[in-house]
Amino acid sequence: MSQADTIGQAAQVTHVPGRWERFKKSNFWYNFTKDKVAQISFVILILMAGAAFLSPVLAPTNPYDLVSIDIMDSEIPPSWAEEGEERFLLGTDNQGRDLFSTILYGTRTSLIIGFCAVMLQMFLGVCIGLSSGYFGGRFDSFMMRMADIQLSFSTMMVAIIVLAVFQASFGAELYSELAMLMLILVIGIAEWPQYARTIRASVLAEKKKEYVEAARVMGFGSGRIMFRHILPNCLSPILVISTVQIANAIISEAALSFLGLGMPVSKPSLGSLISSGFEYIFSGSWWITVIPGIVLVVLVLVINLLGDWLRDVLNPKLYKG
Amino acid sequence: MFAFLARRLLQALIVMFVISLISFSIQDNLGDPLRELVGQSVSEAQRQELRDELGLNDPFLVQYGRFLKGAVQGDLGQSYFFKEPALEVILAKLPATLELVFGATLLIIVVSIPAGVYAAIRPHSFLTKMIMGWSILGISIPVFLTAIFGIYLFSIELGWLPSYGRGELVHVWGSWESGYLSWDGFLHLIMPCFALASIMLPLFIRLIRSEMVETLSTEYVKFAKAKGLKKTRIYFLHALKNTMLPVVTVGGVQIGTMVAYTILTETVFQWPGMGFLFLEAVNRVDTPLIVAYLIVVGAIFVVVNTLVDLIYGLINPTVRLAGGDK
Repeated sequence: MSQADTIGQAAQVTHVPGRWERFKKSNFWYNFTKDKVAQISFVILILMAGAAFLSPVLAPTNPYDLVSIDIMDSEIPPSWAEEGEERFLLGTDNQGRDLFSTILYGTRTSLIIGFCAVMLQMFLGVCIGLSSGYFGGRFDSFMMRMADIQLSFSTMMVAIIVLAVFQASFGAELYSELAMLMLILVIGIAEWPQYARTIRASVLAEKKKEYVEAARVMGFGSGRIMFRHILPNCLSPILVISTVQIANAIISEAALSFLGLGMPVSKPSLGSLISSGFEYIFSGSWWITVIPGIVLVVLVLVINLLGDWLRDVLNPKLYKG
Repeated sequence: MFAFLARRLLQALIVMFVISLISFSIQDNLGDPLRELVGQSVSEAQRQELRDELGLNDPFLVQYGRFLKGAVQGDLGQSYFFKEPALEVILAKLPATLELVFGATLLIIVVSIPAGVYAAIRPHSFLTKMIMGWSILGISIPVFLTAIFGIYLFSIELGWLPSYGRGELVHVWGSWESGYLSWDGFLHLIMPCFALASIMLPLFIRLIRSEMVETLSTEYVKFAKAKGLKKTRIYFLHALKNTMLPVVTVGGVQIGTMVAYTILTETVFQWPGMGFLFLEAVNRVDTPLIVAYLIVVGAIFVVVNTLVDLIYGLINPTVRLAGGDK
């Protein structure tokens, strides 16, 4: 798409359109205005992310602040139920924390972990994929073999085992302090092959094109050619995988926290919140589990829907039609 | 074909070797076997003596060699908690996990192939939109949430299905007790299998659909249509064959992945399988059991992947001609 834009730019010598103007004329924007599902998903995602990051301002209580919690308030149903109270919109959990506030904070934690983990994956994947595709040869076949092997073990398995071993050797106390960092590292490192493979494939296609030859003839170093010339042309697949990967990372984080290998109950993510409520589901306190569960599903669903839409828009196969 | 086979087996061996190395370093660093053996009251000098006697002061390679020798003979040490050989404890739980994986795989095959093929043949029908919409929802629901929602709806609200355990079992052979052979055991299997299948089912439907769409646009399908062959024959004989090629590779790997997800389903449903045992072992820092689980599951992954690659080599001749590199 960037190439088409440059051509368009060259044609209009008199008036150089600004970034925003070019964006509004793009295929991308056009498709977005035509697609109701994408718009709704985008709005919901922005609302959820916004609410999550403003949680210290928006939340009625601070769930991390032990002083403000009263154990007598525990397991109060949502305000629309018979025994619900006005004070707690979505009820309270087993420790008497306001569920609405806790969910806001939890969503923030889940989003931060998901986003950072994907950034790490992207960094590793882009570096490995680019150099592996660009240099080829033994390095390439070795890295791709590694990627094959790592992909054949599921991320979940690797993450569970690594975190379990760390938890057992650190002890639960120290582990709960390091949990966020560990989750980001483990989810980040375990999924690099996804990026590396996709980027390698696009690099192999780009490498044969003339602009790369031209850059080489001009005497640019490999680093410059890889990152300044080839990488910008591989951005659309990166964008597509990133959305899917963020959704996956959030799910993985939730699953690990659910198993007790992730965020501690005192600083819950959505997963640990669901996990802490699960014990109470049999005694009728369904809301502690079900409401954060629904929030998690909606969050992941809108990201996946946006990812699907992006893939359809950016998929060059459809242009050829 | 022989070179391909040899290369694949060599790779499997190397991976198993790496797994054993990792397992050993876990065993070496995690927990203190002496504390498990003697407790607090023994003096430091006696401890050192015991360490020498047990060979804990030997160099790393010597210890690793001993570990490997034991591992090859099936001796992975005693579980601290069960006081039984760790490998036996794990293998006794293996059938429960495999039954879960088997049920889920069956569900996936029975549902995903018709659904995927239908979605590819009739891309604009209402049912296709339902299938695709459902599949993206399915991808977005984590497996433990499917399980929890299932329990809430079918066990607590409706009371149709049991929510935990394996129910009544029928003894088949050795340590294998099956839940498939009694009605009660079967009822207990339904929800865990559905929950486990729910993570893979949408992926498979989408994969089969996109592969089928691609196959349907190829020349040979157009030619078959022009020749006047029956639609059903084209779809299910000619097109489906080529659709299933990539599905087999992905599918094989995903069966391995399902073993990982059994940890989640087993936790929710209190299913007495390997995954549940593993989490308990982690909480108790039962190192030999953790190591045994790692090696058993690692072996399952390696065997499944190697088999899948070999089967793929058998059904797709181009792999063999190219010397095994895709």
